Amino acid sequence: MAEEKAQAVIECRSVYKIFGENARKLLEESKGRVDEEEFSKAGCIIGVNNVSLEVHQGEMLVVMGLSGSGKSTLVRCISRLTDATAGEILIDGQDLLKMRNKDLIELRRHKMGMVFQNFALLPHKTVLENIAFPLQVKGVKTADSHGRAREMIELVGLVGREKSFPRELSGGQQQRVGIARSLAVEPDIWFLDEPFSALDPLIRREMQDEFLRLQSLLNKTIVFITHDFDEALRLADRIAIMYHGRVEQIGAPVDIVLNPVTDYVKKFTNEVPRERVLTTASVMEPKQEGQELSEFTVAADVIIEQVAERVLSATKPVAVVDGQGEIIGVLNCKRILHILFGKPS
Amino acid sequence: MVHLPTDRKSIQVALLFIVFAVLVAGKGVMPGWLLTWPASVTLPIAEWLNQALFFLQDEFWKITVIDVEEDLAEETTAVMLISRGVSDALQSSIDVVRNILLGGRKGFALPALPWTAVAGIAFVIGYALQGWRLSLLAGLSVIYLAVFGQWQDSMRTLSLVFVAVPIALVLGLSLGVLAYRYKVVELTLAPLLNVAQSLPHFSYLIPVLVFFGIGDNAGAIATIIFATPPMIRLTLLGLKKVSVEVLESGRMSGCNNLQLLTQVQIPSARHDIMIGVNQVIMQCLAMVVIASFIGASGLGYTLLVMLGSLKIGKALELGISIVLIAIVLDRLSLAWAHKQPDYRADLPFYVRYKYWLAIVGLTLLSIIVSKFFPYAYKIPRSVAITTAPFWDFMVDWVVRNWYSGLQQFRTFLLVEVLIPMRDAYTSLPMVAVFALLMGAGLFLGGVRSALIVGAFFAFIALTGWWNKAMITAYMVSFSVLISVFIGLSIGIIASRRSFTTRYALLICDTLQTFPSFVYLIPVIMLFQVNDVSVLTAVIIYASIPATRYTIEGLRSVPQGLQEAATMSGVSRIQRLFKIELPLALPHIMLGVNQTVIFALFMVIIGAFIGTQDLGQEIMQALSESDMGKGLVLGLCVAFMGLAMDHLINRWALPRKQELGLA
Repeated sequence: MAEEKAQAVIECRSVYKIFGENARKLLEESKGRVDEEEFSKAGCIIGVNNVSLEVHQGEMLVVMGLSGSGKSTLVRCISRLTDATAGEILIDGQDLLKMRNKDLIELRRHKMGMVFQNFALLPHKTVLENIAFPLQVKGVKTADSHGRAREMIELVGLVGREKSFPRELSGGQQQRVGIARSLAVEPDIWFLDEPFSALDPLIRREMQDEFLRLQSLLNKTIVFITHDFDEALRLADRIAIMYHGRVEQIGAPVDIVLNPVTDYVKKFTNEVPRERVLTTASVMEPKQEGQELSEFTVAADVIIEQVAERVLSATKPVAVVDGQGEIIGVLNCKRILHILFGKPS
Repeated sequence: MVHLPTDRKSIQVALLFIVFAVLVAGKGVMPGWLLTWPASVTLPIAEWLNQALFFLQDEFWKITVIDVEEDLAEETTAVMLISRGVSDALQSSIDVVRNILLGGRKGFALPALPWTAVAGIAFVIGYALQGWRLSLLAGLSVIYLAVFGQWQDSMRTLSLVFVAVPIALVLGLSLGVLAYRYKVVELTLAPLLNVAQSLPHFSYLIPVLVFFGIGDNAGAIATIIFATPPMIRLTLLGLKKVSVEVLESGRMSGCNNLQLLTQVQIPSARHDIMIGVNQVIMQCLAMVVIASFIGASGLGYTLLVMLGSLKIGKALELGISIVLIAIVLDRLSLAWAHKQPDYRADLPFYVRYKYWLAIVGLTLLSIIVSKFFPYAYKIPRSVAITTAPFWDFMVDWVVRNWYSGLQQFRTFLLVEVLIPMRDAYTSLPMVAVFALLMGAGLFLGGVRSALIVGAFFAFIALTGWWNKAMITAYMVSFSVLISVFIGLSIGIIASRRSFTTRYALLICDTLQTFPSFVYLIPVIMLFQVNDVSVLTAVIIYASIPATRYTIEGLRSVPQGLQEAATMSGVSRIQRLFKIELPLALPHIMLGVNQTVIFALFMVIIGAFIGTQDLGQEIMQALSESDMGKGLVLGLCVAFMGLAMDHLINRWALPRKQELGLA
C-alpha cells in the first residue's frame, strides 16, 4: 500500500518516549520490548511505546485515547516539543530527530502550526498581536503581519475583536484565536491537541462544525488529539486508538467500529450508535434479479442516520447509487432496523 | 482516672521534655563543657574571614596604575580598583539624580525641579496607575514633605532609592533568568538566598563599610545587595509558573531562545516580576534608612542624629515622612503590578501619551510659576511648618502624666519577668538546648533535620557567641510569645466578618511597608531608652505577620466544611476550636515562623537603643569596622532564624497537605 501512495507527510517508525533518567539505556537493553512493570520499577514512566504510523497529505488522523494513554506525548514527539527516546520521525522525508535547532525553528516557522487545549494565548498581547506573533518572530514587517492576521481573524469569524485581550474573550473565542494563530504562517501540518476539550458541550459542537468547514477550505495534513470517541468519529479520516502508550488500532472509523481488534477498542465501539458511523455502502446488500425498488435512491457515501427514516418509511428496498448514478446495491428495512436496534455483534 | 494519650506524637513530645528537664536538672553534676562551650576551643572564623578579605583587598592581583598627568605610579589591587570603579559610578549616578531633585552642584549649575513639579508628577502617576484616590495620596504626600520642611532629606533618601532600585532590578532579573535556565545556578543560589534573606541589615553594612568606606555610594551598594535577593526569588517563581502550554505555543510559533524569553516568558510572568519590583522598592527604602549608619544621607541619617540627641519631636516628624514615602511607593508599585495592559496603539498622539504630556506640561508650568513665586520652587526650612513642638509637647505630657505608671510597669516587667527569663535562658546547659532542638528535628524531619538544626547551633557555639545568642533567643521568644497571643486574638476577632478582615489585612499591609527602624521612634517616646522599649517595638512589629497569617488561615477554611459544621449543630465557639483553628493551625504556624524572623530582625535593630545581645556586638563590629566579626555574628542570627524556619516548615507544610489545604 505504502509504495502506491505518495510519500507520507508524517511518518513515525517505532517511536518510543520513556521518561526517566536511564530510559535510553533500559530501552536498549530490552531491545524495544517494553515491559511496563519492569520499567516503572526502574523509575521510568512510559509515554509512547513503539508507535509506527503515517499521515498523508490532506489527511486527518485523530489520535484517541484516555488521559495517560500517551496521545499528547506522541504529538509532542512529532512536533519535537519533546525529544523521542528512540525511533525515527520523518517530516516530508526529513529526519526530525537529527535536525539541528536552527532548522527545527525554520521548520516550525514555515510548516507547522499547533492548537492547544487551554488555548495558550499570550496574556499581554491583543487578539491581533497574538495571531501576528508567529509572523513577527519570523521577522515579517508589522504592517504585513497585521494584514495577514486580519485575514485570519475573518477566517475564524472574530472580526471586531481584534483589539481585545485574551482575558476579555470567552473560551470558544479564545480557541478561535488559537486556531487563527496556528494558521497564520500557512503551515502544511496542523497539530491540534484536544482543542475543544476545555469548552462547554454546546460550544464544542459548534467549534467542531467550524473546524470541519475550515478543513474543507484548507485541506491541511492534520494530527488531532482527543479523548472523546464521538469527536473522533465525527472528524476523522482515520483514527488511531492509544492505550498505555501503544497504538491499539488504527483505521477508518467504520473499520474500527465494525472490526475492533482488541477488547479495549471494543469497549469504546460498543457504545457507539452505529448508524452514525456506517455508510450506506458498508451495509448494502447486492441487488437481486427482478427485485422491485423504491422510486428514490440514496448515495453510497452517506451515513445511515441521515437516510434511515426515509428507507424505513419506504415500502420497497431502496437502491444505493454511486457517483455516476449506477445502482451498486440495495438497502433493506430489516438491515436498517438491525443496525438501529439490534445488538452489536 | 487520668487518661494519658498514647499516640506516637504525644509520646515524642513528652520524651523530648523529659530529656530536656533531666538535662536541666542535672546541671549540677555535669562537666563544664556540657554547660557552655569552652572558650579555648572556639574557631577564630571571624579572624580567618578578615584575613581572607584583607588578602583580597591588599594582596590579591596587584596592579600598578600610572597617572599620566601627575606622573605618579600607584600600586593597588584588582579588588580595590573594582570597588573604586563601582563606587565612583554609583556616586555619579546619585549626583545626577540629586541634581535633578535638589539642584545643581558638582558641575551642573541647573536649578532643581520645583517641588510643585514633583507634586504634579506624583498626582499624574497616581492617577495613571489607579485613579483619583492614589493620585491624591501620592500628590498630597509630596506636598506634605515640602510644606513640613522635609524636602531636602526626603529627596536625598529618594535619590538613593531611585539609583539603587533599577540596579537591583536588573541584577535580580538577570540572576533570576540564569537560575531558571541553569539548574546549577539555581542550586547554588538557593542556600545563598536563604542566608541572605535572614541576615540582619547591619551585617550587610560592615563589609560594604570595609570595601567602600562611608557615604552615599556605600549606602547605595549595601542597599542594592540587600534588595536584590527577593527580585531573584520572584523572577524565578514567575518564570516557573508560566504554563507549559504557553511555552510550547511560543516554541511552535517559531521562537528562538531569546525571543521565547523576552516575548513569551517574561511578559507572561509579568505579575510575579512586578511584585518583585514592589519588594525591591520597599527593601531599598528600608535599607536606605538603615544605611545611614554608614553615612548615607537623607531622612535616616537625620533621624539617627535626632534620636541620638533625644529630639523625639523631630524624630517623629522624620518617621512620618519615611512612613508616607513607604506607603506611597508601595501603593504606586502595587498598582503598577496589578495594572492590565490596555490597547492604545491606534489612538491619536495626544490621547496615547496624555499622561506624559501632562507630566511635561505640569513641570513646565511649575517652572514658570516658580519664577514669580519662589515658594513654588522651594519652601525654606525657616517658613516651613513643623510639628515637632507638638510632638515634643505630647512626649512631655506623656512623661508628666504617665511617667510613674510607665516606670512602674517597666520595673515590674524587668524585675519580675524579663530578668528571671534572661537568667533562665543564659543558665540553660548547652547540651539541654541541643537535645531539645535536635530532638524536635529528629521527630519532625528525621536524622537529616536533626543534623541541620544541630549544625546551625554548633556554628554559634563554635564561634564563641553562645551566651550572647541565648540573650537574643530570650528576647525573641518573649516577644514571639506575646506577638502570637496578640496576633491570634486580633486575627480571630477580625476574621469573623469580611469587612473587618479586609481592614485588618489592609492595616497589616500598611504597617508591613514601614521600614522596621521607624518602629523604634514611638516606643522611645513612651519608654525612653531601655530593654522594655526594644521589646515593645519588637512585639508591635512581630504581631503583624502573626495577625495576618491567623486571618488568612482562618479564612482559608473551606466554606463547605464550615457549613457542614453548622448543620451538625456545632456552636460558634465549638466551631472555632474544633474545626477552624485546627485546620488553620498549619498556616498560623507559618505565621509564627514569620513572627520569629521579624522578631529576630527587630531585636538586632533594637541594638541601636541598647541591648546586650548579638545585635549589640554587631553594632560594635560596625563601629570597629570589624568585618569578620560582623559577618560571623550576622550568620549566627541568620542560622537561628533558619533553624526555626526549618523546624516549623517541617511540621507545617506536610500537615497542610494532609489537611488538603496546600
